[in-house]
Amino acid sequence: MSFGQLGYDVAHLLGGGVLLLSFVLLYQRRIGAVINAFAMQGALLALAAAWAAHAQGAPALYVTAVLAMAAKGVLIPLALHGIVRRLDLHRTVETALGIGPSLVAGVALVALSILVVLPATEGVRALARENLALALSVVLLGMLMMISRRNAISQVIGLLSLENGLILAAIGVAGMPLVVELSTAALVLMIAVVAGVFAFQIRERFDTLDTGSLEEHRGERR
Amino acid sequence: MPAVLTALALLVGALVVLGVAAWPLSRSVLGARVVHGGVALAGLLLAAGGLAGLLGGVSSLTLPFGPPWGLARLALDPLSAWFLLPVGLSAACASLFAFGGVHGPVAPRLLVPWPLFLAGMALTILAADGFTLLLGFEAMSLASWALVAHDDAQAANRRAARIYLGFAGFGGLSLILALGVLAGGAGDVAFAVLRDAPPEGWRAAAVLALVIAGAGSKAGIAPLHVWLPLAHPAAPSHVSAVMSGAMTKVALYVLARFVFDLMGPAQPFWLGAPLIALGAASAVIGALRANLEDDTKTLLACSTIENVGLIAIGLGLAMAFRGADLPALAALASGASLLHALNHAVFKTLLFLAAGEVLHGAATRAIDRLGGLIHRMPVTAWAALVGVGAAAALPPLSGFASEWLLLQALLAAWRVGDLPFQIGVAAATALTALAAALAAAAMVRFWGLVFLGRPRTPRAAGAQEAGGAARWALLVPAGLTVAFGLLPGVLLDLAEPALRLMAGAGAPRAGVLSVGAAEGGARYWPVLVALLLAAAVGAALWFVRRRAPGGVARFGAPGHVMRGPAWDCGFIAAPAHLPFGDPASQPSAAGFGQPLRRMLGTSLLAAREAVTMPPPGATGAARLDAGFHDPALVALEGPLPRAREALATQAERLRDLSIRQCLGLTFGAVVLMLALLAVLGGR
Amino acid sequence: MALVWGIIAQALHIALILAAAPLLTGVVRWLKARMMGRRGADPLQPTRDLLKLLRKTPVLAENASAVSRAAPYIAVGAAVAGAALVPSFARGMVFAPLSDLILVAGLLALGRVAMALAGMDVGTPFGGLGAAREMSFAALAEPALVVAALTLAILAGTTNLDAIAAAFRDGGLGLRVSLGLALVAMVAVAIAENARIPVDNPSTHLELTMVHEAMILEASGRHLALWEYAAMLRLTLWLALLSAVFLPFGQAPAGAAPHVWVVGLAAWVAKMGALALALAGFESAIAKMRVFRVPEFLGAALLLGLLGAIYLFVSTGLT
Repeated sequence: MSFGQLGYDVAHLLGGGVLLLSFVLLYQRRIGAVINAFAMQGALLALAAAWAAHAQGAPALYVTAVLAMAAKGVLIPLALHGIVRRLDLHRTVETALGIGPSLVAGVALVALSILVVLPATEGVRALARENLALALSVVLLGMLMMISRRNAISQVIGLLSLENGLILAAIGVAGMPLVVELSTAALVLMIAVVAGVFAFQIRERFDTLDTGSLEEHRGERR
Repeated sequence: MPAVLTALALLVGALVVLGVAAWPLSRSVLGARVVHGGVALAGLLLAAGGLAGLLGGVSSLTLPFGPPWGLARLALDPLSAWFLLPVGLSAACASLFAFGGVHGPVAPRLLVPWPLFLAGMALTILAADGFTLLLGFEAMSLASWALVAHDDAQAANRRAARIYLGFAGFGGLSLILALGVLAGGAGDVAFAVLRDAPPEGWRAAAVLALVIAGAGSKAGIAPLHVWLPLAHPAAPSHVSAVMSGAMTKVALYVLARFVFDLMGPAQPFWLGAPLIALGAASAVIGALRANLEDDTKTLLACSTIENVGLIAIGLGLAMAFRGADLPALAALASGASLLHALNHAVFKTLLFLAAGEVLHGAATRAIDRLGGLIHRMPVTAWAALVGVGAAAALPPLSGFASEWLLLQALLAAWRVGDLPFQIGVAAATALTALAAALAAAAMVRFWGLVFLGRPRTPRAAGAQEAGGAARWALLVPAGLTVAFGLLPGVLLDLAEPALRLMAGAGAPRAGVLSVGAAEGGARYWPVLVALLLAAAVGAALWFVRRRAPGGVARFGAPGHVMRGPAWDCGFIAAPAHLPFGDPASQPSAAGFGQPLRRMLGTSLLAAREAVTMPPPGATGAARLDAGFHDPALVALEGPLPRAREALATQAERLRDLSIRQCLGLTFGAVVLMLALLAVLGGR
Repeated sequence: MALVWGIIAQALHIALILAAAPLLTGVVRWLKARMMGRRGADPLQPTRDLLKLLRKTPVLAENASAVSRAAPYIAVGAAVAGAALVPSFARGMVFAPLSDLILVAGLLALGRVAMALAGMDVGTPFGGLGAAREMSFAALAEPALVVAALTLAILAGTTNLDAIAAAFRDGGLGLRVSLGLALVAMVAVAIAENARIPVDNPSTHLELTMVHEAMILEASGRHLALWEYAAMLRLTLWLALLSAVFLPFGQAPAGAAPHVWVVGLAAWVAKMGALALALAGFESAIAKMRVFRVPEFLGAALLLGLLGAIYLFVSTGLT
C-alpha cells in the first residue's frame, strides 16, 4: 500500500491525528482543555482501531475500538472533569518546563523516534513502519508530558496518553492477540484509578496537587 | 590574462607604499585626502580587476621574491576574482566617505593602517600559496586591529581591541595548523601542490574544523562571533564598514578556497553539516542580538553575524550537494552564497556609513539619543532605507534575491537523501527563515527609532547632514543595492566560472532577467516584480486621485494633506518646555526589543527583566532593569581566562629556571622534534 | 492564443480580487454578527466605508514625514501584487511563472514593514508598540510559513504556486499527515498575519493588547482607506492561498476555454464562502489570547510545520 490508496491514507491520517493531539496536550495550559484534548485523542484512537479492524479484517480489533472509545473517549475524561470540579483545582496547568521548550523537545523526540524506528524495521510493510514511528513518538511525548507538568492530573493524563501510544502500536501490527491489549488496558485503568485516589490523598494532605510538594516528605531528606 | 594579475599585484604594492607614505602625509588635510582618495581609487581598481578576472581566464604569477624556501605565488581565478568585487566596492565607498570626512589633520595611527588593511585583504585573495595567504591574512588582521585600537582612551575600546587581537591570533594559528595538516609531510604549501593531494578521512575533517575555526573566527561564525559587536563600534565608521562588508568576506573566501578548491571535490556530503549548523546558529544569534542592542553600530555588527551565517549555510549546502553528487544544486547553493556575499558587502557598507553619518551629525551612536533624523538628514535617511530594505530581505532589493536563492537551495536539500541530514536541514530552513524575519524586525527597529519619530535629545534635533563626497558615498552603494536587486541574473552569469570551480556545474540557466531554482523549477523575476509593484502603486495613486473631490492637490501643495497635532489616542500634549514632546512617551530601544527579548531572548541569550518598585509611600520612580548575555562571551570571559591564568602561572615558573635547566628545555625540544620527524618520516 | 487567454484570465483575476476584498471582509463581519445573534451590517458596508474615506483629506501629525504619506501606497501595492499572483479560478494566468510562494511571503513582508514604519513615524507610544509586536510575531510566523512551504515544495517539486495548485489537483498525492500539519501551520500563520482572533482583534481600537490597529491610529482619510483596503486584500490573499493549495478542486486548468472558467469561478466563490464561514465560526467560538501567549501559538505552528516536513521525509524515504 502506498499514498493515494484509501486504506493507507486513512490509517496514516488517523495515526497522525493521534500524534497531533499529543502535541495539543503539551501545548494546552488549561486543565479542562487538556482533558478535552485527551478525550479527542482517545476517540481518534478508537477510530484508528476500527479502521484497522476493517482494513485487516480482524473483528477482535472492533472490541479494542469500542473499549478505547468508551474508556478513553468518554469515561476517563468525564471522571477527570469530575475530579477537577470536586477538588476545585486551579484551572491552569503549572509547567515545570515552559510550553515553548517542551514543544521543541517534543519535535526532537519525534525526530529521534523516527531515526530509531526506521533503520530497525528494514523490510517491514511501510504502513507498519510508519505506524510504529508514530506510536513511539506518542509514547515519548506522553513521558515528556509526565516529566514536564507539576500537576498530578496532567501527569496522569501523560501516562494515559503514553498508553494510547502503546495501543496505537498494537493495532498497527496485524495478528496481535486481543488479550495483550485487554490486559494493557486493564492495567492502565487500574493505574488511573490508583492515581486518582492518590491525587485525592495528596490534595487532602497537602492542599495542593503540585507533586513538587511531595519532595519534602521523601525519606532521604529526613 | 596575466596583465590583470600583474596590475593587481602592483596595486597591492602601491597600497603598501601609500601606507608608508601616509605617515608624513597625515600632517596636512591634503595629505589625508590623498591617502583616502588613493584607497578609494584602489578599491575601484580592485573591483575592476575582479570583473576582468571573471571575464578572462585563470592566470598565475610568481613574484621575484618570497619566503626563504621559495617564491611567493599569486593567482587570479574566478573564485578570487569574484571576491575582489565586494572587497573593492566596499573599500571604495568607505574611502570616499572618509575622504568627505577629512576636515583637519588625521592622526597617523588612523591613516597608516588604512591602505595596509586593503593591501592585506587583496593579498589574501590573490595568494596562490599558503605562506602568501597567511601573510595577507595577518596583515589584514593587524592593520584592522590598529584601527580598532585607535581610540584607546576608553576602557571599552581597549577591551574590544584586546579581544579582537586574541581572536585574530587564534584565527591565524588555526589557519597555520590547517595548512600544516593539509600539506602533510610535504613542505610545499603552494596551492597547486596542495590540490594534487586532497585530504581524506580524518584529515579532511581536521582541515575543515581548523579552517572553520580560523576563517570562521574572522568572519564571525558562532560561537567565534563575540569580537564583532565589540570591535565594530570601537573602530571609525568607514573602518567598521569595510570590516563588516569586506573583511568578513575575505575570511569566507579563505573558507571557500580551502573547502571547495584545496580539499578537492571528492569529500563526503556530511562535511557540509557543521557549516550548516554553525551558520544557522550564527544567523539566529546575530539577528536576535540585533534586536536587543541599543547602539547603532553594534546592532549592525550583529546583523553582519546573521548574514555571515546565511552565507555559511549556503557554503555548507553546496558542500553537501557536491558530496551527494548533485552539481546543479551545489551551483544553486554556492550561487546564493556568492551573491549574498556581494549584496551584503554593499548594503552593509551603506548602513555602516549611514550610521557613521548619523554619528557625525548627531554625535552619538546610542539609539535612545537619536530620533526624527529623517527631517534633518533626509538623504542619509532615504539612502539608509534602501540598505535597510535589502537587509530585511524585501523584494525587489538585493537581499531578497540572494535569500530567495538560499531558501530554494534549502528547500531542495531533502534530495541529499539521508534522513538525519534531511531532518537537520528542515530545522536549518526554519532557523534561516526565523533569522531573516528577525533581521527584518531589527532593521525596522534600527531605521524607525533612528530616523522616525521625535528627536530624543536636543542634539538629535539639531543634527546636520554632510554634503559632498560623504553623500555620494551613501548614494553609490544605495544605487548598487537597487541595481544588484534588479539584476541578480546578470551577476549569477558573471559568477558562472566561479560556480563551476566550486560546484562543478553552472547555476541553473534562467536568463538575464531572472534567477531560477532549477531547470523548470521556481523562478524569481525581480524586474517584473518591481514593475508589478510600481504598476500597483501607480494604480492606487490614480484611483485615489480620481475619487478625491476635485482631485488631490499636487504633492506638497496646500490642501494635499491637512496638518494637526498628533492624535496619539487623545493623549494630552507635552508642556511647553518639552518642544519635541515627552521623550519618555516614545518607544525606546529596549522597549522596542521587549517582545523578542521575552519571546526568544530569555532562552537563547539569558535575557532578564527585573522591575524594582519604590517602597510604598515613596515618590521615587520605579526601575526596570533589562539585559542579556551572549553565552559565547560569558564562556570566553569565564572559564577560558581562568585556564589562561593557570597556564600563565606555570609559564612564569619557567623564568626562575637556572641556565642549565633552560638549556635542558631547548635540548628537550630539539629531541622531541627529531623524534616527531622520525615517527612521521617512518610512516 | 494561450497568451491572450492568460492575459484575459489575469485581468479578470485582478478585478475579481480587487472587488472581492471588501466584500469578503463584509461577509465575514456579517456572518460573525449573525452567529452572535446580531443583525449585522450589510456585507457591502466596508466597500461604502472605503469609498467614503477616499473622499476625505487626511490629517497628518505636524511631525509626520513623507513615510506616513508613502507607506499606505506601498502597502496596498504590495498587497495587490501579492494577490495578483495567487491563482483563484483558473491556472495558467500570465503571471503564473511569477507566482512564487516565497515571493508572496516577501511581498507580505514588504507591506508589513511599510506599516510598521508608518506606525513609528510620528513617535507615539501606541504606534511603536504595535510595530514592535507586529515585527516580533512575524518573526515566528514567517518561518512557520516557510516550513509549510517546504512540505508543499517537496510534494510539488517547486515553490511556484501555480505548479503547486496543479500538482495538488492532478497528482494523486493522497491524504497525508504532512499536508494536514502544513495546513495547521498555514492557518495559524494566516490568523496571525491578518490580525484575527485569537491573535489580535480586528474590530477593536484602543485596547492594550492590540497589534495591527495600533500602527494605523494616526492614519485618516484616504490613507486610512488605503490601510483598511490593504488589510482586506491580505485577508483575501490568504484565503485564496489556502483554497488554491488545499482545496484545489474546481479550478480551471491552464489553457482551458472560458466556459470552464465559469465552473472555476463558481467553485472559487463557494470555497471562499466556506472559508469565510469557517473563519467567522472560529472567531465567534474562541476568545482572544493574551499577547504573550501568541509566541507559543506561532511557535507551535512552526513546530507542527517542521513535524510535517519530517514525516514527509519518512514517507518519501519509505516508498
